[in-house]
Amino acid sequence: MAYSDKVIDHYENPRNVGNMDKDDSNVGTGMVGAPACGDVMRLQIKVNDEGVIEDAKFKTYGCGSAIASSSLLTEWVKGKSLEEAAQIKNSEIAEELELPPVKIHCSVLAEDAIKAAIDNYKGKKS
Amino acid sequence: MKTPIYFDYSATTPVDPRVAEKMCSCLTADGTFGNPASRSHQFGWEADAAVEQARKDVAALVNADPREIVWTSGATESDNLAIKGVAHFYQKKGKHIITCKTEHKAVLDSCRQLEREGFEVTYMDPEPSGLIDLDKLKAQFRDDTILVSIMHVNNEIGVIQDIRAIGELTREHKIIFHVDAAQSAGKAPIDLQDMKVDLMSFSAHKIYGPKGIGALYVRRKPRIRLEAQMHGGGHERGMRSGTLATHQIVGMGEAFRLAGEEMAADNERIRMLRDRLLDGLKDIEEVYINGDMEHRVPHNLNISFNFVEGESLIMALKDLAVSSGSACTSSSLEPSYVLRALGRNDELAHSSLRFSMGRFTTEEEIDFAIEKIRANIDKLRDLSPLWEMFKDGIDLNSIEWAAH
Repeated sequence: MAYSDKVIDHYENPRNVGNMDKDDSNVGTGMVGAPACGDVMRLQIKVNDEGVIEDAKFKTYGCGSAIASSSLLTEWVKGKSLEEAAQIKNSEIAEELELPPVKIHCSVLAEDAIKAAIDNYKGKKS
Repeated sequence: MKTPIYFDYSATTPVDPRVAEKMCSCLTADGTFGNPASRSHQFGWEADAAVEQARKDVAALVNADPREIVWTSGATESDNLAIKGVAHFYQKKGKHIITCKTEHKAVLDSCRQLEREGFEVTYMDPEPSGLIDLDKLKAQFRDDTILVSIMHVNNEIGVIQDIRAIGELTREHKIIFHVDAAQSAGKAPIDLQDMKVDLMSFSAHKIYGPKGIGALYVRRKPRIRLEAQMHGGGHERGMRSGTLATHQIVGMGEAFRLAGEEMAADNERIRMLRDRLLDGLKDIEEVYINGDMEHRVPHNLNISFNFVEGESLIMALKDLAVSSGSACTSSSLEPSYVLRALGRNDELAHSSLRFSMGRFTTEEEIDFAIEKIRANIDKLRDLSPLWEMFKDGIDLNSIEWAAH
Protein backbone atom coordinates (compact mmCIF):
# COMPACT_ATOMS: atom_id res chain seq x y z
CA MET A 1 0.00 0.00 0.00
CA ALA A 2 1.33 3.42 -0.85
CA TYR A 3 1.28 5.90 2.03
CA SER A 4 1.05 9.66 1.69
CA ASP A 5 4.12 11.70 2.64
CA LYS A 6 2.23 13.07 5.64
CA VAL A 7 1.51 9.58 7.00
CA ILE A 8 5.16 8.62 6.53
CA ASP A 9 6.31 11.81 8.26
CA HIS A 10 4.11 11.22 11.33
CA TYR A 11 5.01 7.53 11.34
CA GLU A 12 8.74 8.12 11.20
CA ASN A 13 8.72 11.13 13.53
CA PRO A 14 5.70 10.62 15.77
CA ARG A 15 4.80 13.71 17.83
CA ASN A 16 3.98 13.62 21.55
CA VAL A 17 4.61 9.97 22.28
CA GLY A 18 4.37 9.03 25.92
CA ASN A 19 2.12 8.85 28.92
CA MET A 20 0.77 10.95 31.76
CA ASP A 21 -0.39 9.98 35.22
CA LYS A 22 -3.88 8.67 34.57
CA ASP A 23 -4.83 9.30 38.22
CA ASP A 24 -4.06 13.03 37.96
CA SER A 25 -7.39 14.88 38.19
CA ASN A 26 -6.35 17.19 35.35
CA VAL A 27 -5.60 14.30 32.98
CA GLY A 28 -8.17 12.62 30.77
CA THR A 29 -7.37 9.22 29.26
CA GLY A 30 -9.09 7.62 26.28
CA MET A 31 -8.20 4.14 25.15
CA VAL A 32 -10.06 2.81 22.13
CA GLY A 33 -9.81 -0.13 19.73
CA ALA A 34 -8.94 -3.75 20.45
CA PRO A 35 -5.82 -5.87 20.00
CA ALA A 36 -7.87 -8.44 18.10
CA CYS A 37 -8.69 -5.83 15.47
CA GLY A 38 -5.08 -4.76 15.13
CA ASP A 39 -5.56 -1.23 16.49
CA VAL A 40 -5.36 0.16 20.02
CA MET A 41 -5.01 3.91 20.61
CA ARG A 42 -4.39 5.58 23.92
CA LEU A 43 -4.73 9.34 24.01
CA GLN A 44 -4.16 11.46 27.11
CA ILE A 45 -4.88 15.15 27.57
CA LYS A 46 -3.89 17.53 30.34
CA VAL A 47 -6.47 20.26 30.89
CA ASN A 48 -5.84 23.54 32.75
CA ASP A 49 -8.26 25.46 34.94
CA GLU A 50 -9.56 27.42 31.95
CA GLY A 51 -10.66 24.20 30.27
CA VAL A 52 -7.89 24.39 27.66
CA ILE A 53 -5.85 21.33 26.64
CA GLU A 54 -2.28 22.16 27.64
CA ASP A 55 -0.63 18.95 26.63
CA ALA A 56 -1.43 15.69 24.86
CA LYS A 57 0.34 12.34 24.66
CA PHE A 58 -0.39 9.13 22.79
CA LYS A 59 0.69 5.57 22.28
CA THR A 60 -0.72 3.46 19.46
CA TYR A 61 -0.56 -0.18 18.48
CA GLY A 62 -1.60 -0.40 14.86
CA CYS A 63 -0.72 0.25 11.28
CA GLY A 64 1.13 3.33 10.03
CA SER A 65 -2.12 5.19 9.36
CA ALA A 66 -3.32 4.58 12.92
CA ILE A 67 -0.04 5.86 14.35
CA ALA A 68 -0.14 8.91 12.07
CA SER A 69 -3.80 9.67 12.92
CA SER A 70 -3.10 9.71 16.63
CA SER A 71 0.14 11.66 16.26
CA LEU A 72 -1.65 14.33 14.20
CA LEU A 73 -4.49 14.46 16.71
CA THR A 74 -2.15 15.29 19.59
CA GLU A 75 -0.83 18.25 17.58
CA TRP A 76 -4.33 19.47 16.79
CA VAL A 77 -5.84 19.29 20.27
CA LYS A 78 -3.07 21.17 22.05
CA GLY A 79 -4.23 24.71 22.87
CA LYS A 80 -7.86 23.90 22.05
CA SER A 81 -10.70 24.11 24.53
CA LEU A 82 -12.50 20.88 25.35
CA GLU A 83 -15.46 22.06 23.28
CA GLU A 84 -13.26 22.77 20.28
CA ALA A 85 -11.41 19.46 20.60
CA ALA A 86 -14.70 17.58 20.74
CA GLN A 87 -15.61 19.11 17.36
CA ILE A 88 -12.68 17.45 15.52
CA LYS A 89 -14.11 15.16 12.86
CA ASN A 90 -12.55 11.98 11.57
CA SER A 91 -13.02 13.27 8.03
CA GLU A 92 -10.66 16.19 8.76
CA ILE A 93 -7.96 13.78 9.92
CA ALA A 94 -8.49 11.50 6.93
CA GLU A 95 -8.31 14.46 4.58
CA GLU A 96 -5.18 15.93 6.15
CA LEU A 97 -3.36 12.57 6.00
CA GLU A 98 -4.84 11.58 2.61
CA LEU A 99 -5.92 8.22 4.01
CA PRO A 100 -7.18 5.67 1.46
CA PRO A 101 -10.73 4.31 2.01
CA VAL A 102 -9.47 1.10 3.63
CA LYS A 103 -7.75 3.20 6.33
CA ILE A 104 -10.62 5.56 7.18
CA HIS A 105 -11.30 3.50 10.30
CA CYS A 106 -7.96 4.74 11.69
CA SER A 107 -9.25 8.31 11.67
CA VAL A 108 -12.56 7.17 13.20
CA LEU A 109 -10.57 5.59 16.00
CA ALA A 110 -8.71 8.87 16.57
CA GLU A 111 -11.99 10.79 16.85
CA ASP A 112 -13.25 8.17 19.29
CA ALA A 113 -10.04 8.53 21.29
CA ILE A 114 -10.33 12.29 21.86
CA LYS A 115 -14.01 11.95 22.77
CA ALA A 116 -13.16 9.18 25.23
CA ALA A 117 -10.37 11.27 26.77
CA ILE A 118 -12.67 14.27 27.19
CA ASP A 119 -15.38 12.09 28.74
CA ASN A 120 -12.84 10.61 31.12
CA TYR A 121 -11.68 14.08 32.19
CA LYS A 122 -15.22 15.37 32.66
CA GLY A 123 -16.09 12.29 34.67
CA LYS A 124 -13.31 13.13 37.09
CA LYS A 125 -14.53 16.70 37.53
CA SER A 126 -18.20 15.95 38.03
CA MET B 1 24.42 -4.68 -1.13
CA LYS B 2 21.30 -3.39 -2.88
CA THR B 3 18.13 -2.45 -0.99
CA PRO B 4 15.34 -3.33 -0.66
CA ILE B 5 16.48 -6.86 0.04
CA TYR B 6 14.23 -9.59 -1.28
CA PHE B 7 12.91 -11.89 1.47
CA ASP B 8 9.74 -13.01 -0.29
CA TYR B 9 10.87 -16.07 -2.26
CA SER B 10 7.69 -17.90 -1.24
CA ALA B 11 5.68 -15.30 -3.14
CA THR B 12 7.80 -15.66 -6.24
CA THR B 13 11.42 -16.02 -7.30
CA PRO B 14 13.47 -14.25 -9.93
CA VAL B 15 14.01 -16.36 -13.05
CA ASP B 16 17.43 -18.01 -12.98
CA PRO B 17 19.55 -16.48 -15.79
CA ARG B 18 20.18 -19.99 -17.17
CA VAL B 19 16.41 -20.48 -17.41
CA ALA B 20 15.86 -17.10 -19.05
CA GLU B 21 18.47 -17.90 -21.69
CA LYS B 22 16.70 -21.14 -22.61
CA MET B 23 13.35 -19.38 -22.77
CA CYS B 24 14.69 -16.71 -25.12
CA SER B 25 15.71 -19.42 -27.58
CA CYS B 26 12.04 -20.29 -28.10
CA LEU B 27 10.67 -16.91 -29.11
CA THR B 28 12.11 -15.34 -32.24
CA ALA B 29 12.28 -16.40 -35.89
CA ASP B 30 15.76 -17.90 -35.46
CA GLY B 31 14.59 -19.92 -32.46
CA THR B 32 12.17 -22.74 -31.61
CA PHE B 33 9.03 -20.64 -32.11
CA GLY B 34 6.84 -23.25 -33.81
CA ASN B 35 3.52 -24.55 -32.53
CA PRO B 36 4.24 -27.87 -30.78
CA ALA B 37 0.92 -29.16 -32.14
CA SER B 38 1.95 -28.60 -35.79
CA ARG B 39 2.62 -32.11 -37.07
CA SER B 40 3.31 -31.20 -40.70
CA HIS B 41 6.67 -29.42 -40.60
CA GLN B 42 10.00 -29.07 -38.86
CA PHE B 43 9.07 -25.94 -36.88
CA GLY B 44 6.36 -27.88 -35.11
CA TRP B 45 8.50 -30.98 -34.63
CA GLU B 46 11.29 -28.96 -33.00
CA ALA B 47 8.92 -27.17 -30.64
CA ASP B 48 7.30 -30.49 -29.77
CA ALA B 49 10.71 -31.97 -28.99
CA ALA B 50 11.52 -29.03 -26.70
CA VAL B 51 8.20 -29.40 -24.88
CA GLU B 52 8.67 -33.14 -24.45
CA GLN B 53 12.20 -32.67 -23.09
CA ALA B 54 10.79 -30.23 -20.54
CA ARG B 55 8.08 -32.74 -19.64
CA LYS B 56 10.82 -35.30 -18.94
CA ASP B 57 12.74 -32.81 -16.79
CA VAL B 58 9.68 -31.95 -14.72
CA ALA B 59 8.76 -35.63 -14.32
CA ALA B 60 12.35 -36.52 -13.34
CA LEU B 61 12.41 -34.15 -10.37
CA VAL B 62 9.45 -35.97 -8.80
CA ASN B 63 10.20 -39.45 -10.20
CA ALA B 64 7.08 -39.62 -12.37
CA ASP B 65 6.41 -40.82 -15.91
CA PRO B 66 6.49 -37.87 -18.38
CA ARG B 67 3.09 -39.03 -19.67
CA GLU B 68 1.69 -38.18 -16.23
CA ILE B 69 2.51 -34.46 -16.58
CA VAL B 70 -0.18 -32.07 -17.89
CA TRP B 71 0.83 -28.46 -18.58
CA THR B 72 -1.33 -25.72 -17.05
CA SER B 73 -1.02 -21.97 -16.50
CA GLY B 74 0.16 -22.42 -12.91
CA ALA B 75 -0.58 -24.10 -9.61
CA THR B 76 -3.91 -22.31 -9.22
CA GLU B 77 -5.15 -23.82 -12.47
CA SER B 78 -3.68 -27.20 -11.51
CA ASP B 79 -5.56 -27.10 -8.20
CA ASN B 80 -8.79 -26.15 -9.97
CA LEU B 81 -8.37 -28.86 -12.59
CA ALA B 82 -7.52 -31.53 -10.03
CA ILE B 83 -10.28 -30.77 -7.55
CA LYS B 84 -13.13 -29.84 -9.87
CA GLY B 85 -11.97 -32.37 -12.48
CA VAL B 86 -12.08 -35.25 -10.00
CA ALA B 87 -15.29 -34.07 -8.36
CA HIS B 88 -17.12 -33.80 -11.67
CA PHE B 89 -15.83 -37.11 -12.99
CA TYR B 90 -16.40 -39.20 -9.85
CA GLN B 91 -19.55 -37.53 -8.47
CA LYS B 92 -21.61 -40.65 -9.06
CA LYS B 93 -19.32 -42.43 -6.54
CA GLY B 94 -19.78 -39.78 -3.89
CA LYS B 95 -19.88 -36.09 -3.19
CA HIS B 96 -17.69 -35.69 -0.10
CA ILE B 97 -14.28 -33.98 -0.13
CA ILE B 98 -11.80 -33.47 2.71
CA THR B 99 -9.27 -30.64 2.89
CA CYS B 100 -7.59 -28.49 5.53
CA LYS B 101 -8.23 -24.90 6.70
CA THR B 102 -4.62 -23.89 6.00
CA GLU B 103 -4.70 -24.80 2.30
CA HIS B 104 -4.03 -22.23 -0.39
CA LYS B 105 -7.04 -20.23 -1.56
CA ALA B 106 -6.89 -21.99 -4.94
CA VAL B 107 -7.85 -25.20 -3.13
CA LEU B 108 -10.25 -23.64 -0.62
CA ASP B 109 -12.10 -21.57 -3.22
CA SER B 110 -12.36 -24.54 -5.62
CA CYS B 111 -13.95 -26.47 -2.75
CA ARG B 112 -16.31 -23.57 -2.02
CA GLN B 113 -17.40 -23.62 -5.64
CA LEU B 114 -18.09 -27.37 -5.41
CA GLU B 115 -20.16 -26.76 -2.28
CA ARG B 116 -22.32 -24.40 -4.33
CA GLU B 117 -22.73 -27.26 -6.81
CA GLY B 118 -23.97 -29.62 -4.11
CA PHE B 119 -20.79 -31.27 -2.88
CA GLU B 120 -20.01 -31.54 0.81
CA VAL B 121 -16.57 -30.42 2.04
CA THR B 122 -14.90 -31.07 5.40
CA TYR B 123 -12.33 -28.40 6.32
CA MET B 124 -10.01 -29.95 8.90
CA ASP B 125 -8.24 -28.02 11.65
CA PRO B 126 -4.49 -28.65 11.72
CA GLU B 127 -2.64 -29.20 15.00
CA PRO B 128 -1.11 -26.07 16.61
CA SER B 129 2.14 -27.05 14.84
CA GLY B 130 0.38 -26.69 11.49
CA LEU B 131 0.56 -30.44 10.81
CA ILE B 132 -2.36 -32.77 10.14
CA ASP B 133 -3.09 -35.48 12.68
CA LEU B 134 -3.46 -38.70 10.68
CA ASP B 135 -5.97 -40.30 13.05
CA LYS B 136 -8.16 -37.22 12.91
CA LEU B 137 -7.95 -37.28 9.12
CA LYS B 138 -8.89 -40.95 8.99
CA ALA B 139 -11.85 -40.27 11.28
CA GLN B 140 -13.27 -37.96 8.59
CA PHE B 141 -13.31 -40.66 5.89
CA ARG B 142 -16.80 -41.66 4.76
CA ASP B 143 -18.16 -44.11 2.22
CA ASP B 144 -18.94 -41.22 -0.11
CA THR B 145 -15.54 -39.50 0.27
CA ILE B 146 -14.01 -39.22 -3.20
CA LEU B 147 -11.11 -36.80 -2.68
CA VAL B 148 -8.62 -35.65 -0.05
CA SER B 149 -6.65 -32.48 -0.90
CA ILE B 150 -3.74 -31.63 1.41
CA MET B 151 -0.81 -29.40 0.52
CA HIS B 152 2.76 -30.64 0.82
CA VAL B 153 4.37 -27.44 2.12
CA ASN B 154 2.36 -24.54 3.51
CA ASN B 155 2.98 -21.21 1.80
CA GLU B 156 2.83 -19.09 4.97
CA ILE B 157 4.51 -21.22 7.61
CA GLY B 158 6.55 -23.67 5.52
CA VAL B 159 5.57 -26.82 7.41
CA ILE B 160 5.85 -30.13 5.53
CA GLN B 161 2.88 -32.49 5.76
CA ASP B 162 3.54 -36.22 5.81
CA ILE B 163 2.01 -36.87 2.40
CA ARG B 164 3.59 -40.31 2.22
CA ALA B 165 1.59 -41.42 5.27
CA ILE B 166 -1.59 -39.67 4.09
CA GLY B 167 -1.22 -41.43 0.71
CA GLU B 168 -1.11 -44.83 2.42
CA LEU B 169 -4.39 -44.03 4.19
CA THR B 170 -6.22 -42.70 1.16
CA ARG B 171 -5.09 -45.53 -1.12
CA GLU B 172 -6.21 -48.11 1.43
CA HIS B 173 -9.65 -46.48 1.46
CA LYS B 174 -9.75 -45.99 -2.33
CA ILE B 175 -9.96 -42.23 -1.96
CA ILE B 176 -8.20 -40.02 -4.52
CA PHE B 177 -5.40 -37.91 -3.02
CA HIS B 178 -4.45 -34.49 -4.43
CA VAL B 179 -1.40 -32.59 -3.19
CA ASP B 180 -0.63 -28.93 -3.88
CA ALA B 181 3.16 -29.00 -4.21
CA ALA B 182 3.65 -25.42 -5.42
CA GLN B 183 5.83 -24.63 -2.38
CA SER B 184 7.64 -27.95 -2.12
CA ALA B 185 8.87 -29.02 -5.56
CA GLY B 186 12.58 -28.35 -5.67
CA LYS B 187 12.71 -27.75 -1.93
CA ALA B 188 11.57 -31.01 -0.34
CA PRO B 189 12.18 -34.45 -1.89
CA ILE B 190 9.23 -35.90 -3.80
CA ASP B 191 9.15 -39.47 -5.14
CA LEU B 192 5.87 -40.29 -6.84
CA GLN B 193 6.84 -43.94 -7.44
CA ASP B 194 6.99 -44.25 -3.70
CA MET B 195 4.34 -41.80 -2.48
CA LYS B 196 0.75 -42.81 -3.15
CA VAL B 197 -0.27 -39.40 -4.42
CA ASP B 198 -2.77 -39.39 -7.30
CA LEU B 199 -2.65 -35.75 -8.36
CA MET B 200 0.00 -33.13 -7.68
CA SER B 201 0.05 -29.42 -8.58
CA PHE B 202 3.27 -27.67 -9.57
CA SER B 203 4.30 -24.11 -10.27
CA ALA B 204 7.41 -22.88 -12.12
CA HIS B 205 7.82 -19.43 -10.63
CA LYS B 206 8.41 -20.63 -7.09
CA ILE B 207 11.64 -22.32 -8.16
CA TYR B 208 13.32 -19.79 -10.46
CA GLY B 209 11.16 -20.48 -13.49
CA PRO B 210 8.75 -18.07 -15.21
CA LYS B 211 5.28 -17.05 -14.02
CA GLY B 212 2.27 -18.24 -15.98
CA ILE B 213 3.21 -21.89 -16.28
CA GLY B 214 2.58 -24.91 -14.08
CA ALA B 215 1.73 -28.56 -14.32
CA LEU B 216 -0.58 -31.16 -12.89
CA TYR B 217 0.66 -34.68 -12.26
CA VAL B 218 -2.12 -37.19 -13.06
CA ARG B 219 -1.33 -40.77 -12.03
CA ARG B 220 -1.59 -43.50 -14.68
CA LYS B 221 -1.42 -46.57 -12.41
CA PRO B 222 -3.97 -46.71 -10.88
CA ARG B 223 -5.45 -44.45 -13.53
CA ILE B 224 -7.01 -41.21 -12.40
CA ARG B 225 -9.67 -39.63 -14.62
CA LEU B 226 -10.55 -35.95 -14.78
CA GLU B 227 -13.26 -33.93 -16.41
CA ALA B 228 -11.54 -31.17 -18.38
CA GLN B 229 -12.19 -27.59 -17.27
CA MET B 230 -10.78 -26.02 -20.43
CA HIS B 231 -12.13 -27.32 -23.74
CA GLY B 232 -10.66 -26.84 -27.18
CA GLY B 233 -8.20 -28.63 -29.41
CA GLY B 234 -7.79 -31.66 -27.20
CA HIS B 235 -4.23 -30.85 -26.16
CA GLU B 236 -2.67 -32.68 -23.20
CA ARG B 237 -4.72 -35.79 -23.90
CA GLY B 238 -7.92 -33.80 -23.67
CA MET B 239 -7.32 -32.79 -20.07
CA ARG B 240 -6.28 -29.22 -20.85
CA SER B 241 -6.73 -27.67 -24.24
CA GLY B 242 -4.84 -24.64 -25.49
CA THR B 243 -1.71 -24.08 -27.58
CA LEU B 244 1.31 -25.02 -25.52
CA ALA B 245 3.48 -22.04 -24.55
CA THR B 246 6.82 -23.44 -25.66
CA HIS B 247 9.03 -20.79 -24.04
CA GLN B 248 7.19 -21.02 -20.70
CA ILE B 249 7.28 -24.81 -20.73
CA VAL B 250 10.97 -24.91 -21.65
CA GLY B 251 11.61 -22.45 -18.81
CA MET B 252 9.76 -24.64 -16.33
CA GLY B 253 11.62 -27.73 -17.54
CA GLU B 254 14.99 -26.06 -17.13
CA ALA B 255 14.05 -24.70 -13.69
CA PHE B 256 13.03 -28.18 -12.54
CA ARG B 257 16.17 -29.75 -14.03
CA LEU B 258 18.37 -27.22 -12.20
CA ALA B 259 16.42 -27.80 -8.99
CA GLY B 260 17.16 -31.50 -9.24
CA GLU B 261 20.86 -30.79 -9.57
CA GLU B 262 21.14 -28.04 -6.97
CA MET B 263 18.42 -28.72 -4.41
CA ALA B 264 20.65 -30.43 -1.85
CA ALA B 265 23.37 -27.76 -1.90
CA ASP B 266 20.83 -24.89 -2.06
CA ASN B 267 18.86 -26.27 0.87
CA GLU B 268 21.93 -26.66 3.05
CA ARG B 269 23.07 -23.10 2.40
CA ILE B 270 19.60 -21.61 2.83
CA ARG B 271 19.03 -23.54 6.06
CA MET B 272 22.22 -21.99 7.42
CA LEU B 273 20.99 -18.52 6.50
CA ARG B 274 17.54 -19.12 7.99
CA ASP B 275 19.07 -20.37 11.24
CA ARG B 276 21.35 -17.33 11.31
CA LEU B 277 18.29 -15.07 11.02
CA LEU B 278 16.48 -16.99 13.75
CA ASP B 279 19.53 -16.87 16.03
CA GLY B 280 19.66 -13.12 15.56
CA LEU B 281 16.01 -12.65 16.59
CA LYS B 282 15.10 -15.36 19.05
CA ASP B 283 16.34 -13.60 22.20
CA ILE B 284 13.97 -10.65 21.62
CA GLU B 285 11.26 -10.74 24.27
CA GLU B 286 7.81 -12.06 23.30
CA VAL B 287 8.78 -13.57 19.97
CA TYR B 288 6.86 -16.59 18.70
CA ILE B 289 7.70 -18.89 15.81
CA ASN B 290 4.65 -19.96 13.83
CA GLY B 291 4.58 -23.57 12.68
CA ASP B 292 6.65 -26.64 13.42
CA MET B 293 10.41 -26.00 13.10
CA GLU B 294 11.37 -29.64 12.55
CA HIS B 295 9.01 -30.51 9.70
CA ARG B 296 9.65 -27.36 7.74
CA VAL B 297 11.34 -26.31 4.52
CA PRO B 298 14.64 -24.53 5.18
CA HIS B 299 13.81 -21.29 3.41
CA ASN B 300 10.86 -20.20 5.56
CA LEU B 301 10.71 -18.35 8.86
CA ASN B 302 7.33 -17.12 10.08
CA ILE B 303 7.58 -15.20 13.30
CA SER B 304 5.28 -13.07 15.44
CA PHE B 305 6.51 -10.10 17.46
CA ASN B 306 3.91 -9.67 20.16
CA PHE B 307 2.55 -6.14 20.82
CA VAL B 308 3.79 -4.87 17.44
CA GLU B 309 1.30 -4.68 14.58
CA GLY B 310 2.55 -6.43 11.44
CA GLU B 311 1.70 -3.79 8.89
CA SER B 312 3.47 -1.02 10.80
CA LEU B 313 6.49 -3.28 11.16
CA ILE B 314 6.54 -3.90 7.43
CA MET B 315 6.33 -0.14 6.91
CA ALA B 316 9.32 0.31 9.22
CA LEU B 317 11.26 -2.41 7.43
CA LYS B 318 11.11 -0.62 4.11
CA ASP B 319 14.57 -1.91 3.20
CA LEU B 320 13.34 -5.49 3.50
CA ALA B 321 10.81 -7.00 1.10
CA VAL B 322 8.82 -9.25 3.44
CA SER B 323 5.16 -10.13 3.73
CA SER B 324 3.07 -10.02 6.86
CA GLY B 325 1.62 -13.46 6.34
CA SER B 326 -1.51 -11.64 7.37
CA ALA B 327 -3.56 -10.16 4.58
CA CYS B 328 -3.29 -6.69 6.15
CA THR B 329 -1.16 -5.44 3.31
CA SER B 330 -3.85 -6.31 0.80
CA SER B 331 -7.26 -4.73 0.79
CA SER B 332 -8.54 -7.01 3.55
CA LEU B 333 -7.83 -6.20 7.19
CA GLU B 334 -8.31 -9.75 8.40
CA PRO B 335 -5.36 -11.41 10.12
CA SER B 336 -3.84 -14.50 8.52
CA TYR B 337 -6.37 -17.33 8.26
CA VAL B 338 -3.50 -19.81 8.38
CA LEU B 339 -2.25 -18.56 11.74
CA ARG B 340 -5.81 -18.39 13.05
CA ALA B 341 -6.29 -22.03 12.08
CA LEU B 342 -3.23 -22.94 14.18
CA GLY B 343 -5.06 -21.46 17.15
CA ARG B 344 -2.88 -18.33 17.34
CA ASN B 345 -4.77 -15.46 18.94
CA ASP B 346 -5.63 -12.37 16.90
CA GLU B 347 -2.80 -10.29 18.36
CA LEU B 348 -0.14 -12.79 17.33
CA ALA B 349 -1.79 -13.33 13.95
CA HIS B 350 -1.70 -9.54 13.46
CA SER B 351 1.99 -9.42 14.44
CA SER B 352 3.48 -11.96 12.06
CA LEU B 353 6.15 -11.61 9.42
CA ARG B 354 7.08 -14.21 6.83
CA PHE B 355 10.69 -14.27 5.74
CA SER B 356 11.43 -16.54 2.80
CA MET B 357 14.96 -16.89 1.53
CA GLY B 358 16.32 -18.37 -1.64
CA ARG B 359 19.11 -19.07 -4.08
CA PHE B 360 20.35 -15.47 -4.19
CA THR B 361 20.12 -14.55 -0.47
CA THR B 362 23.45 -13.72 1.19
CA GLU B 363 24.81 -13.75 4.73
CA GLU B 364 25.37 -10.00 4.55
CA GLU B 365 21.68 -9.49 3.77
CA ILE B 366 20.66 -11.61 6.76
CA ASP B 367 22.87 -9.61 9.13
CA PHE B 368 21.48 -6.34 7.78
CA ALA B 369 17.94 -7.65 8.30
CA ILE B 370 18.61 -8.66 11.91
CA GLU B 371 19.91 -5.20 12.74
CA LYS B 372 16.93 -3.45 11.10
CA ILE B 373 14.36 -5.71 12.73
CA ARG B 374 15.79 -5.35 16.23
CA ALA B 375 15.95 -1.55 16.02
CA ASN B 376 12.41 -1.23 14.70
CA ILE B 377 10.86 -3.65 17.16
CA ASP B 378 12.26 -1.47 19.93
CA LYS B 379 10.95 1.68 18.27
CA LEU B 380 7.44 0.32 17.71
CA ARG B 381 7.19 -1.17 21.17
CA ASP B 382 8.02 2.23 22.63
CA LEU B 383 4.95 3.43 20.73
CA SER B 384 2.74 0.53 21.75
CA PRO B 385 0.32 0.93 24.66
CA LEU B 386 0.00 -2.86 24.76
CA TRP B 387 3.72 -3.29 25.32
CA GLU B 388 3.60 -0.72 28.14
CA MET B 389 0.69 -2.57 29.77
CA PHE B 390 2.49 -5.89 29.37
CA LYS B 391 5.58 -4.41 31.04
CA ASP B 392 3.38 -3.10 33.86
CA GLY B 393 2.14 -6.64 34.40
CA ILE B 394 -1.41 -5.98 33.17
CA ASP B 395 -3.14 -9.03 31.69
CA LEU B 396 -4.50 -7.83 28.34
CA ASN B 397 -7.17 -10.52 28.44
CA SER B 398 -8.60 -8.97 31.61
CA ILE B 399 -9.54 -5.81 29.74
CA GLU B 400 -12.88 -5.41 28.03
CA TRP B 401 -11.93 -4.17 24.60
CA ALA B 402 -14.45 -2.51 22.36
CA ALA B 403 -14.21 -4.49 19.14
CA HIS B 404 -14.68 -2.31 16.09
